[in-house]
Amino acid sequence: MKGLYVAAALAALATGAAAEVKVGMITTLSGGGAGLGIDVRDGFLLALEQSGRDDIEVIVEDDAQAPDTAVQLADRMIQSDRVQVLTGIVWSNLAMAVVPSAVNQGIFYLSPNAGPSQLAGANCHENYFNVAWQNDNLHEAAGAWANQTGYANSFILAPNYPAGQDALTGYKRFYEGELAGEIYTELGQTDYAAEIAQIRASGADSVFFFLPGGMGISFLKQYADSGVDIPVIGPAFSFDQGILQAVGDAALGVVNTSQWSKDIDNPTNAAFVESFQAEYGRLPSLYASQGFDTANLLISALEVADPSEDPDAFRAALEAADFDSTRGDFEFGPNHHPIQDIYAREVVQEGDVFTNRIIGVALEDRGDAYAEECAM
Amino acid sequence: MSLILILEQVLNGLQAGVMLFLMAAGLTLIFGVMGLINLAHGSLYMVGAFAAAGVAAATGSFLLALVAALVAAAAAGVVVETVVMRRLYARDHLDQVLATFALILIFSELTRWAFGSFPLYLNPPDWLSGPVTLPGGIRYPVYRLALIGIGLAVGLGLWALTRRTRLGIRIRAGENDREMIAALGVDIGRLYTLVFALGAALAGLAGALVGAIQSVQVGMGEPVLILAFVVIVIGGIGSIRGAFVGALLVGLTDTLGGIFLPELFKLVTDPATATQAGASLSSMSIYILMSLVLIWRPTGLFGAKA
Repeated sequence: MKGLYVAAALAALATGAAAEVKVGMITTLSGGGAGLGIDVRDGFLLALEQSGRDDIEVIVEDDAQAPDTAVQLADRMIQSDRVQVLTGIVWSNLAMAVVPSAVNQGIFYLSPNAGPSQLAGANCHENYFNVAWQNDNLHEAAGAWANQTGYANSFILAPNYPAGQDALTGYKRFYEGELAGEIYTELGQTDYAAEIAQIRASGADSVFFFLPGGMGISFLKQYADSGVDIPVIGPAFSFDQGILQAVGDAALGVVNTSQWSKDIDNPTNAAFVESFQAEYGRLPSLYASQGFDTANLLISALEVADPSEDPDAFRAALEAADFDSTRGDFEFGPNHHPIQDIYAREVVQEGDVFTNRIIGVALEDRGDAYAEECAM
Repeated sequence: MSLILILEQVLNGLQAGVMLFLMAAGLTLIFGVMGLINLAHGSLYMVGAFAAAGVAAATGSFLLALVAALVAAAAAGVVVETVVMRRLYARDHLDQVLATFALILIFSELTRWAFGSFPLYLNPPDWLSGPVTLPGGIRYPVYRLALIGIGLAVGLGLWALTRRTRLGIRIRAGENDREMIAALGVDIGRLYTLVFALGAALAGLAGALVGAIQSVQVGMGEPVLILAFVVIVIGGIGSIRGAFVGALLVGLTDTLGGIFLPELFKLVTDPATATQAGASLSSMSIYILMSLVLIWRPTGLFGAKA
């Protein structure tokens, strides 16, 4: 399954100027998870276009959500395309396959999404920057929000794979109440009738779930149809702009946690939402905002130094994170992961469109649990 | 664990089983009659779901959406059969696997091209949504009860079709000896197209029915396809009766295993380990079931030919 070759030599084409910086973007553009990669790519390219820089060449390739494909693409981009910066990977297992070897070859990696704990802790690297979050963050925020809401008996469920286990661990890190039940579902499971029956019988006062993509759509629809009315909370992954329209009414009122929302009140974000909608004809998701922020971080560092001429200065410029983030305040912790506010949002309907509205801050200036293990 | 919960889970297993049967019935018919391994059967399931979502969005009618799913999947089946499959009947199974795998990729990317990369919205109609209280106090979604009803009705219909009609006689004859019925003057080409369309329509119907409570997205057919293959191997390849029994067995094992195995593990270990180990073992349970059945009966429960 060879990826599409979508080389986007942006404004360089217009001016004929030789590209000075090469960026490789490996992301998921086909298969069931394509919506996420497309949003990351579109957000990233939008920021580049708005910057007006004609010396950045972006090579976009599809990893089809397969680790081996991602590794091949990375090798090719590093060895034959001679990229200096890599970005784009959506999934943690793909990031783990690509990032460690890339950064050891002196390549900079800017993660627009995946934030596995290994890369935040023991395997952190001076050339690895995560612009989104550490994987646990949104789940931790859900646990913190459950405390603030007064939930004391949560039923929690996630798929049986590393990110699912991290999700439940993340929720329990801040959550102070009891557990009415804890279930690991199958990865890719589409029917949750059995789990919903257990939830109904458990006497829980709240349900926390991490079921990204189609799994979350199925769960929410079936949950709404079952007549169980225990409040639900989850990370933004099951409530992003791409998914909400497919869930419909069933998601209304559900609380979810996110580091970004389209109603975060700052000029950068307002301009981003407006221009994204104008360019692509749809509302941006959190993935799009992450792609957009990643590109702006990159551009801010390129203003200061060239990664191949002076990597140390380029790295220092990345660390400074001197760019206007859609999230407002943005800074990196010692392990190059964000320190940021994480919000609780509620699903609302605006006209025909289902979207999210911020209802409070779940965690303020949250870094991550693994920074101490990182010796950089 | 209360009796009500167990009964509810049995209903859930039954519902999963009958929907699986719709998929497996088509697959087993096509394999039994034409000797063709059709990996693209999951794509026909997806075609049904997308057609239903498209028509439901345009018209607002769920019944029209179901009709559209049947028609679109059957039409896709006819096109696939006449354009691609026909050339493969005489070939090796490996060639068939290769060609139908290519079809999966083609269908997926065509669907993405036509409908975009984001999941579509398809919900049960209002008159089938929400729960109903069954005797004994079980609160159960009406839609899932309807699915059980439709699945059983289709099963009955297929039984009547194969046992009580001329077409059924030809299908069964085709399963037994293809050359002979061709020699007897039956238009085998048309029979193949018909059977393929029927199997495709059933897959499309399943996709639309299940799509309403799951997510309608590219690639939705492949996980179901794997289960459907397990079902026809358990039931015996080519046997509709086998597909029915196999589907119910797989549905019930999958559902009940997911509930009881973690509980069983909790008796011997701490809850966190138990849930994880139980979840892992329960995802293997249908494959263990398949191996046991194959050890006991190498051709499956109702498989006739060795």
